[in-house]
Formats: sequence, C-alpha cells, structure tokens
Amino acid sequence: MKIARPVHAIAGLLAALAAAAASAVGQPERWQLNMTEGVTITAERAYDMHMIMLWICVAIGIVVFGAMAIAIFKFRKSKGAVPDRTFVHSTKLEILWTAVPTLILVVMAVPATIKVIDAYNTQGHEMTVKIVGQQWLWTYEYVGEDVKFTSRLDRASDRMRQSGQVPTLSGDPNYLIDVDRRLVLPTDTKIRFIITADDVIHAWWVPALGWKSDAIPGIINEQWAEIREPGIYRGQCAELCGKDHGFMPIVVEAVPREEFQRQLAAMKAENDTAARTASAAPATAAPQG
Amino acid sequence: MATYADTAHADHGQKQTFFQRWFLSTNHKDIGTLYLIFSLVMFFVGGSMALVIRAELFQPGLQLVDPAFFNQMTTMHALVMIFGAVMPAFVGLANWMVPLMIGAPDMALPRMNNWSFWIMPFAFALLLMPLVLYFFGIGGGGPAGGWTLYPPLSLQGGSNVAFTIFAIHLMGISSIMGAINIIATILNMRAPGMDLLKMPIFVWTWLITAFLLIAVMPVLAGAVTMLLTDKFFGTSFFSAAGGGDPVLYQHVFWFFGHPEVYIMILPAFGIVSEIIPTFARKPLFGYQAMVYATASIAFLSFIVWAHHMFTVGMPLGAELYFMYATMLIAIPTGVKVFNWVTTMWRGSMTFETPMLFALGFVVMFTIGGFSGLMLAMVPADYQYHDTYFVVAHFHYVLVTGSVFGIMAGVYYWLPKWTGHYYNETLGKIHFWGSTIFVNLLFFPQHFLGLAGMPRRIPDYNVAFADFNMFSSIGGFGFGFMQLLFVYIVWQAARSGAKAPDRVWEGARGLEWTVPSPAPHHTFTKPPTISDEDLAHGDVAR
Repeated sequence: MKIARPVHAIAGLLAALAAAAASAVGQPERWQLNMTEGVTITAERAYDMHMIMLWICVAIGIVVFGAMAIAIFKFRKSKGAVPDRTFVHSTKLEILWTAVPTLILVVMAVPATIKVIDAYNTQGHEMTVKIVGQQWLWTYEYVGEDVKFTSRLDRASDRMRQSGQVPTLSGDPNYLIDVDRRLVLPTDTKIRFIITADDVIHAWWVPALGWKSDAIPGIINEQWAEIREPGIYRGQCAELCGKDHGFMPIVVEAVPREEFQRQLAAMKAENDTAARTASAAPATAAPQG
Repeated sequence: MATYADTAHADHGQKQTFFQRWFLSTNHKDIGTLYLIFSLVMFFVGGSMALVIRAELFQPGLQLVDPAFFNQMTTMHALVMIFGAVMPAFVGLANWMVPLMIGAPDMALPRMNNWSFWIMPFAFALLLMPLVLYFFGIGGGGPAGGWTLYPPLSLQGGSNVAFTIFAIHLMGISSIMGAINIIATILNMRAPGMDLLKMPIFVWTWLITAFLLIAVMPVLAGAVTMLLTDKFFGTSFFSAAGGGDPVLYQHVFWFFGHPEVYIMILPAFGIVSEIIPTFARKPLFGYQAMVYATASIAFLSFIVWAHHMFTVGMPLGAELYFMYATMLIAIPTGVKVFNWVTTMWRGSMTFETPMLFALGFVVMFTIGGFSGLMLAMVPADYQYHDTYFVVAHFHYVLVTGSVFGIMAGVYYWLPKWTGHYYNETLGKIHFWGSTIFVNLLFFPQHFLGLAGMPRRIPDYNVAFADFNMFSSIGGFGFGFMQLLFVYIVWQAARSGAKAPDRVWEGARGLEWTVPSPAPHHTFTKPPTISDEDLAHGDVAR
C-alpha cells in the first residue's frame, strides 16, 4: 500500500489543479493557475497558442533538464567519473541542435501567424464602441447611437481601499473589479472597438475577450470581439497610468441581442430626457457628481 | 608554462594612503572592487524597495504605502537594480578579471577607468535624491511613471523628471567609457599567444557586450533628452497635442531596451561558461559555437525591439516580423544551453558553490527563456502583456539569470581576490536558500499573470491573495538570504583557508597562474603562455 498513497495524492493534486484550471471565465478565481479560455474566438486562440507553447516548452524542458540530471548523477567525481577531455566538439550534434529548434519554431510560427492575421480582420462588424481612457475612469460611447457614459471604480471597493483594512472573498468577491456602470454589449455580434485616451496611456483589457489594446492619446487603436456567451466579464487597466492605475476596472455585461436593443433604447430615452432637462433649465447650477 | 614575475615592484616602493588608494586609484583591481562594492550596496537599496512592494502586496487592501509611493518604488527598484546593481557588477567583474584573463598589466585606459567609476556615485546621488528629499518633506518624491519612463505619464512628474534624466545621462557616460575601455583593453593588450579565438568566453561575452553598450546608450540618452525638452522647453516630440507621437518614444526606448537586456545577460553567459568547464574538469563544449551564438544574440537584439509593444497597435506586418525575429533568438540561446549540458556530459563533476549557482542559472534561466518564447507569440501576448506573467519572466532571466551569474562569478573568483576560500557550507546554504525562496517568489507570479493580475498595481482582487502571499514570503526569504552572502564575503576577505594560485582543481586560464590574493600589479611583463594554460587553447581549432 506504500505505492498507492502517493498515487492517490498525485491524482488528488491533479484533480485539484484541473478544477482550478477549468475556472470561470468572467473573473479571476482563487488558486487559478491558467489562462482563461474566454468567450470569443480571439480568447480561444490566445488560450490555444498558450497551451501549444506551454506543452512544447514542457517537452523541451524534459529533454534538456533530463539530460542535465543524468549528467549530474552519472558524471560526478565522487562516483569516480573520469573526464573525457577530447569530447569538446561535434559538428553532427551542433547541426542537430540548430536544425531541430528551427523546425520547432516553424511549427509554432504557423498557427501563430494564422491567428494574428485573423485578429486583425475587423471587417463585417455590426456596431462600434468607442473607448476613451482617462485618469482614472473609462468613457464608453455607442458610436452612431448618441449614447455616452463613464464607468469608474464602484463605491464599495473605493471605501474599502481607503479604509486600510484587508478585504475578504466573502466580504466582496468583486473588490477592485467592479464599476458603477457596466458596458453592456450584445452577444453573437461582431463589435468593433476604437480605443484612445485623453491624458496618458492606458490599456483596455478584459481577459475573457482575449486581447488588450493600449489606449494612447492622439492614436486610435482598433480591435474587435464577438462574444459567444451572455455573462459578466471583468478586467482592469493594464498600462501604468498614474497613482490610481490599479483602480480603474472594466466590466462588460454581455446580453442577448434583443435584450441589448431594449437596454440601448432605454439608455437613449434616458439620454433624451437628460438633454431636455438640461436645455430647459440652463440657469440652474450643474448637479454635482 | 605561464610565469609570474615582478611581485617585488608591486607598490612602486611607496605606501598609498587610504584616500590615494581608493579615490585616486587607476588600478584595475581596486576599481573592480569599488564597482563590486557599489553594486552590492545598490543591490540592497533596490532590494529594500522590492521588499516595500512585496510587503504592500502581502495582503489585498492598502495597508502600508499609498499608491503614488508604491509607483515610485516600482520605478526606482527597476532603475536601481538595472543601472546600479547588475550593470556595475558586471563592469566590476570585467575590471578585475579581463586583464588577468588576457595577461594584461591593467586596463588600457586607467584614468578613464577611475572616472567611469566615480561618475556612478554622483549619478545615483542624483537619481535617489528626489526620494530622499521626499522623506524630509521636500518635493513630490521620485519618478513614478515606471522605469521605461513612457510619456505622457513620465512627464507628469515634477522636478524629479530632470533628476532622473540627468542621472541616466551620467550613467550612460560611465557605461560608454567603461565599454570603450574594455574594448581597447581586449583588442590591444592581449599577451602574445592569446589569439582572439583562444580568449576565455567571459572575455568574449564582455567584448560583445561592450559594443552593445556603445551602440545603445546614446540612443537612451537621446530618448530621455527629448523627454527633457518636452517637459521643460516646450517641444512636442512625444505629445500628440503638439503633433508628436507617444509611441515614437517607445520605439526609441526599446531600441535601447532590448539590447540592454542582453547587456545584462551576456556577461553572465560568459561567467557560467567559465565555471561549468572548471567543475566538470573538461573544456567547454563547442567553444567556437558559443562565440558565434553570443554574437548572433547580440545582432538579433537590435532587430526585435517592438516585441515589447505588441499591444500599441502596430500594423499586421510589423507584428509578424517582430514575432518571427524574436523567435529566432531561441536558436543561438538554445545552442548555448545545449553546449553547457554537453560540457557536463562525460565530465567529472563536483558541486562547490560556484558550480551550484551556475547549474541553478542554467535551469532557471532556461525557464525564463521558455516564458520569453511564449511571450513572443503575438496571439498569446495579447493576454500576457503587462501582467505578472511578464514580471515572472523577466525576474527569472534577471534574478535567477543575471544575479545568479554574478553570484556564481563572485564565489568562483573570490579566493583569487582575497586569498582565502569562503566557507563552503555557508555558501551552499546561501545557494539552496536563495534558490528555494526565489522560486517561491517568482514562480507563483506566472499563475497570477495568467489569472489576470496586471503588473504595477498596489492592490488587487481577493482572488489573487494566496499566490501574492507566497510571493511575498519568498521575497523576504530571498532578501534575508543575501545578508548571509555579505557575511560570507566579509568572512572570506578577513579569514578562511588559504587559497593556492590555482584555486579550483579543474580551473584553466591565466588568472590562475598569478598568486592568491592577486598582487596589486600583475603581468607587468607579458607572460609566456602555451595552449595548455588556456581554458580554450586546445579546443579552439
């Protein structure tokens, strides 16, 4: 039974790792070890590329570290090993270990090239969302719909971070990855994002969508996503942008197309009301916040 | 047989005062020692900043420092470690060892050597001053825009921008002069019989590194000068509002930045390539291939810079080109790793502390190389970029790569410098303690990055708490292990078993033909050397 126990232990560990690896896509999980598979084709490609690379590296690692381990255990002076001082060059070996890595690189480059080319194809998009980064919030605009709003760190996270206390998972699982207003997007729709910034460089990143894109003042970057599953997907600013860089989260709420149209209409209506109120009472001071 | 003569004239018949010896010195060994001590001090300065970072990240929530100070810590940690700890350590090792290895009496330009060193304390006084003044309530603190100083963010700093930029200018001048000196020494001062392709690999890697330094330090100086004029003189090189381009800075910066990372690793390759043959008691496998691989890596380092910028929105063609070019680096790097492993093969190995650090280097640098290859793949990099996965990657290559390489070199040559062996048991404790803690420190950061934790954030979601706590424990453990290193070096400098000329049984090369400790002046007459004295004399055909 001495052998069975480690086997159980290893099986248990593997099961735990598998559970940790198969994480929820919307937000980070405790003990998460691996990249999310996401909810877009880009995220799936990133995950596939990552796993291809990981396993190739593991295989190379086993060969190289294995050879090293054998050398360390076999060719040690304490075991009476005598150095073979003539074994200092081998053209055959050197050609082999230049050619084989080259072939492996070609094997990696093919899927990578296909995936990148595809990621650059924004053709056939059905709607455009403009994203503007500012210190330290995001402004979203449904282009052509005249709906524009800001999205910043939620009040609960803001209070907690200023309290100096230690947040807990049970207290607020969304600490620092929740916002006051989510970006609502339709599923099964090719959405084009145009991304820029007002002040310094930011980066818009939702891991479940599979990419991040720098938001650079004076430059407009373009990305796209077609979200497969309704859900809430959380991310954060990924480019250092000043003191509150860690406090400008991103939350995308993906809803079915009809639901999105309904919500967009509601946002427009709210917009119109707000505009009318504003023009009706120009003399009153603007409301705070 | 190499002969050593003329020890009697070592002090020119006059006694130097402390001030003369350590401040006015033009002696390559004393200047090497100064560089090494300076780098050790900076290693602890930069290390304590890292511990502030890890202490804040020990738990979620903001307990110890405010986010603005946290950003100063990440920025200064990187600047101090790169320019203050790693680069001067390699220059110090070059100063000590290059003349000894090629049979030269000193560096080619000894006065310039003195100047290159003495610029450094002033450069770092300038760099650290805003931070120090901040503790006395003066000014807004050090630079907080990241060590890459990306505009427009870096320009939001106050007067610290000018301090940082002038400090970088000074460090650049120092590095360029050091590099010129090393090239002049290697090309002009080799003893008769020391052909280029018989030189120790450490000398080769430094020769190539010196060319990299001369090529890229002016580029950095140009980039930061443009920042300076943007900030203080109303230009708009990098300001979109004035018709400039913030991404231009990133291109120029990384044209310096990528060769810079090889500046910090190539000499470590050289050190490891000296140590493994010594303790395997067998010449380096594929010596010429190693030289050519080093040169190839140096060449490739100039044409891959934009792989740091895959998410800035480059055209498709540029993304593909930089991905392919970056992948190519894996080939010469692989050649090096395979050669090290094959050097061990059919050897007769012992595992003294230098060898342990060298073996640790090979394994953990390779792990950092693997994650580097993963980062090169554009589709996956869209996820990895600017996360803790990147932090884990570059700390594997810089800490378990460069720093372990430096540690290996110090243990390897310490008996030659001091004349005493260090305490082997303590050395082994230092190695194993450092290795265990450094992996606890950096390995979980891969998981954090993959799970979605961005870098450079002072506070994080609770899901990241567990691995951050491991990482912080590893950080403090690794930090405190380095105090043991100081004790070991101090002890070896004062006492310890007397070391013979040839400190290690399997050691080859001219540095082992002079007494231990190496006298103040060596090779005042060129040694007569034969191929058997040289590590690579009989392999370089």
